[in-house]
Amino acid sequence: MYTQALDMQSADAAPLDEAALEQRFLSRVDAEEKIEPKDWMPARYRNTLIRQISQHAHSEIVGMLPEGNWITRAPTLQRKAILIAKVQDEGGHGAYLYSAAETLGVSREQLIEQLLSGKAKYSSIFNYPTPTWADVGAIGWLVDGAAIMNQIPLCRCSYGPYARAMVRVCREESFHQRQGYDLMMHLAQGTPEQKRMAQEALNRWWWPALMMFGPSDANSTHSGESQRWKIKRFSNDELRQKFVDFTVPQAKFLGLAIPDPLLHWDEAKQQHEFGPIDWTEFDQVLKGNGPCNAERLAARRSAHAAGAWVRDAASAYAEKQRRRSAALAA
Amino acid sequence: MNTPLQDSRQWPLYEVFVRARGGLDHKHVGSLHAADARMAIDHARDLYTRRQEGVSIWVVPSKDITASDPAESESLFEPARDKIYRHPTFYEIPDEVKTL
Repeated sequence: MYTQALDMQSADAAPLDEAALEQRFLSRVDAEEKIEPKDWMPARYRNTLIRQISQHAHSEIVGMLPEGNWITRAPTLQRKAILIAKVQDEGGHGAYLYSAAETLGVSREQLIEQLLSGKAKYSSIFNYPTPTWADVGAIGWLVDGAAIMNQIPLCRCSYGPYARAMVRVCREESFHQRQGYDLMMHLAQGTPEQKRMAQEALNRWWWPALMMFGPSDANSTHSGESQRWKIKRFSNDELRQKFVDFTVPQAKFLGLAIPDPLLHWDEAKQQHEFGPIDWTEFDQVLKGNGPCNAERLAARRSAHAAGAWVRDAASAYAEKQRRRSAALAA
Repeated sequence: MNTPLQDSRQWPLYEVFVRARGGLDHKHVGSLHAADARMAIDHARDLYTRRQEGVSIWVVPSKDITASDPAESESLFEPARDKIYRHPTFYEIPDEVKTL
């Protein structure tokens, strides 16, 4: 990923007017060319990407918390190793995405500050609690499953650094979903108590997972332009529908019931019809009133503060090495 | 040089290149912040090679890379455009001439 720290050469040698530049930009997007950091782009495109990529990065970082919570209590050593690997991946995804956002001219420092101050948004899903081990399985299966549905089209997004980061993310995300389903399968085929635990986790995560696709198309404020710019390839409702159609048979295989009395197969439409989503809940969680909003931010802040001495020590060590090699050279 | 202790929040950016297997070129895979080059290698190991993606890593301070200007790419690459005789397919060789 190229970055804003790259040596910028004399820009605007022969300034074209804004409209001509935008026209050229749009025809490149239409031709499925990738836009790279140093290319001209409309300010709205840049700002939309900064908002979307940084929210995405924050979501990966905060997403480490609900599952990290279970690392010390995983039932077997293997499950523990798997969970550590998954949580580490989420941290890595955050790092790829922060780098991609930085190519647009925002600094890492600003991004972290926005997250810690509570100013930045992140996916509402991570403000729900993980009371049982089965929640770890449900997150992998449903939350990562929904994330994949959203992220696969982003691999073809018009902005090069974001698209390349997403290719890497998607490759790893598949492991996340499969380990979650595998965990659910073991519980669903286990004792009646284990199966009940799996069912309860599905009940908790089903609706929040559907909300991950964002507001329905009629109320989505950012969709139009994002689709024109090929940042977004499918609408929220299209992706949500696809997720339901993929997931219903998976639940059936587990012998678990989707918590929606209105869910049924529509033969004419060749898709599953499902009940209405409680958007008041979505708005509340997004506004910061979800079950764990305060807890998540507090955990992030304390991790950041507790790690300060490590960062300072690394800086001091690097400085000492620099001085030593300078003294040697002198 | 007696520079003040750098703020860890402003660690420089490094571009990371990974050689996937012996015999292949190092390929750009992404970037990361680190206090120094040594730490950049360690972080690159954790960030870009968690699944045996590489056998060798290069890191380069991003500020040391000079890139061509996209606004001038047309004039920069134009000279090669009309020199199609540089490609072997430019030359028509009769079928009966073999192994050429």
